Amino acid sequence: MLIYPRNTIFIIILCMALVTYLPRLFPILLLSRRKLPPRLKIWLSYIPVAVLASLLGPVLFLADGRLTLHPAPNPYFWAALPSLAVALLTKNMFLTILIGMAGVALLRLFAGV
Amino acid sequence: MIAHGFYRSLPLVLGYFPIGFAFGVLAANTGLAPWECGLMSLFVYAGSSQLIAVSLLAAGAGILTITLTTFLVNLRHILMSATLAPYLGHFSRLQQALFAYQFTDEIFALYSVTFPQEKIPNKAGVFTTNLVAHGAWIGSSVLGAWAGTTLTGSPESWGLDYALPAMFIALLVLQLNNRRHIFIAFFSAALSLLLFWKTGGHWHMIIATLCSATLGLFLEKTPAESL
Repeated sequence: MLIYPRNTIFIIILCMALVTYLPRLFPILLLSRRKLPPRLKIWLSYIPVAVLASLLGPVLFLADGRLTLHPAPNPYFWAALPSLAVALLTKNMFLTILIGMAGVALLRLFAGV
Repeated sequence: MIAHGFYRSLPLVLGYFPIGFAFGVLAANTGLAPWECGLMSLFVYAGSSQLIAVSLLAAGAGILTITLTTFLVNLRHILMSATLAPYLGHFSRLQQALFAYQFTDEIFALYSVTFPQEKIPNKAGVFTTNLVAHGAWIGSSVLGAWAGTTLTGSPESWGLDYALPAMFIALLVLQLNNRRHIFIAFFSAALSLLLFWKTGGHWHMIIATLCSATLGLFLEKTPAESL
């Protein structure tokens, strides 16, 4: 259970809101009325792929800081396979998430975590 | 355009639901009230940071740690919002500010496909999509928080902690347009994994992203014959 006073939660929410908003706001304000150099555009086109992959790399291959593919500490890697297949075949985010969560739940049930 | 904006938001609503619900359940299990979950979803509106914040709250982390982590996790939006900025020149400053407030990974994934087709995005359509999506995010997190304490079994036994990685998988697949993208994705994942494995912290993501996009730029400049 939480050890925080109630107004601390509120302050945390406000701080989070601020540091979430600023990185979203400034590029739009600064870059919307000028043409981007072509090379910058190409560079930016790789950003989403690079960001998402960089988030996934550690999550899928590490469990408690250890590199392991054993399904007991790391069901995430194995659940990624059907999720990836569904994503590639259907391009459907909802279905992908559902299959992934079901996969993890089943692995935990049967691999005994 | 409003109807089109609404229709366009439906995949986002469906995509948000399991993540928002998972966030609500996990937050409720950490001791947050449903209205506090709703408040966070209204003010912060960032799935990954909200989920990370909940785990930090559960671990008893301080305000500074949570704020700094949120900032680092959201730095990627600088790059994403810079990518869409050229399409928003006809928006007023206030409209740009509102658009930025409702800017998420999913919103980016959607508009990075539709804005280049539309050239000059329709404002009414854009804000309809954004408002419906934000509303769905708030609703699903409050619903999750409300259901969270009555759920049988732990959130983990339902696989709810996998909502975020699965969402990233779906978003990544939507972004893979050619072989260079696939190569850069593998490179970025491997570099990030290596950095995090060896050094920990939260910078692995930022460093891997910047290096990988730069490599992508370099590959693009190289003529195909010499590869």
